[in-house]
Amino acid sequence: MDKIPILRMGAFLLVTIQVDLYDRLALNLEADLVKMVNKTNAKGVLIDISAVSIVDSFMGRIIGNIASMSKILDAETVVVGMQPAVAITLIELGLPLKGVHTALDMEKGMNMLKSMIDSNEEDTDEDQTDYDLIAE
Amino acid sequence: MSLKTHQLLKNKKKTILELWMKNQLADESLREDLISNDELRSQSEELIDALVSNLSLENFTNLESDEWSPVIEILGGISITRARQGFSPRETGNFVFSLKEAILDVLQQEVTNDPAKLFSESMKVNRIMDSLSVVTFETFIKGREEVILRQTDEITEISTPVIRVWEGILALPIIGTLDSARTQIVMENLLQEIVETGSSIAILDISGVPAVDSLVAQHLIKTVSATRLMGAECIISGIRPEIAQTVVHLGIDLSNIITKATLASALAYSFKVMRLEVKKISTLTKL
Repeated sequence: MDKIPILRMGAFLLVTIQVDLYDRLALNLEADLVKMVNKTNAKGVLIDISAVSIVDSFMGRIIGNIASMSKILDAETVVVGMQPAVAITLIELGLPLKGVHTALDMEKGMNMLKSMIDSNEEDTDEDQTDYDLIAE
Repeated sequence: MSLKTHQLLKNKKKTILELWMKNQLADESLREDLISNDELRSQSEELIDALVSNLSLENFTNLESDEWSPVIEILGGISITRARQGFSPRETGNFVFSLKEAILDVLQQEVTNDPAKLFSESMKVNRIMDSLSVVTFETFIKGREEVILRQTDEITEISTPVIRVWEGILALPIIGTLDSARTQIVMENLLQEIVETGSSIAILDISGVPAVDSLVAQHLIKTVSATRLMGAECIISGIRPEIAQTVVHLGIDLSNIITKATLASALAYSFKVMRLEVKKISTLTKL
């Protein structure tokens, strides 16, 4: 049974899908990934689908699900490297993947995640200072 | 008698050709600007050669037989070239009709003593030449259709250029009406170019789109969503006031798409997103 490896890199999780996803594999990936986010307390998930050339509505839904689940667990999801044909297919299937961030390649995706997490932390820092001020 | 007719045509080939040429040259619709007399002569000679050499008793009235295919081929070649050169259908048709006249003239001169025979032979010649005219028209129309098809392809090709305005910014001016087939080409070109150049912003300029209805808007939204899925941002620019009015009247929701009035403001927005700045340099500075 194939398994898609989930790599940890700092506060992020990296998933590179090198094979064409079939339904069972996608479901397993969804379960593994959510478990992994929970376990590692990751802040971001980066899914590279540059090698995926075939996509169906189920796959589109799984990607959407992963994004929403990670969001609940306080991690942002960025999908990178989508092929033009895949993008067109998803649109024609009526799955614009709302709520999923996208980037052109791994590097841009990484920068995007970093900036998102930075801004989140700044927010919490500000909360902290506000709290401190009130305490004073 | 039939034997005599096709023998007769063979023997009288020269006379027929001369008569035919005379008919063609005398015709008012002769296009000397499109075809030279020498060329016309060689075309006519080629056709008449093929015609009489493939003519026999068996196939005289049956255009389906294989022996006619060289004639049809030559005739087809001539009419396709004429279609491309811009001859009108009438001019192309006259090419064959004048041959019929020439043959009938010769027939009349030869068969003088028997009106019944003359009539029946003329009918045969008529039938054959009419079939050839039909072939001429069919190929002529086919030739014209090929020309139109090629032009359509060329128009779609030139009308969807993807321009790289800046490092990481692509622009795609759309001119003409957007239909499904064109949106598909636009979308594919744009996404392919995004991958190739690694651009993060695409500007879709619709100042050249004459009207936006709900279908066109749907196509635009699709293109924008597909670009977004690829990981690039898509801006729609060049929205004219009338188009803004129609879009709102039709109840199309463009609120989650970045729209700008002009290409310039879209570019300015892109610079802002990419954290670039355009500065006016001091006139004192040497260039």
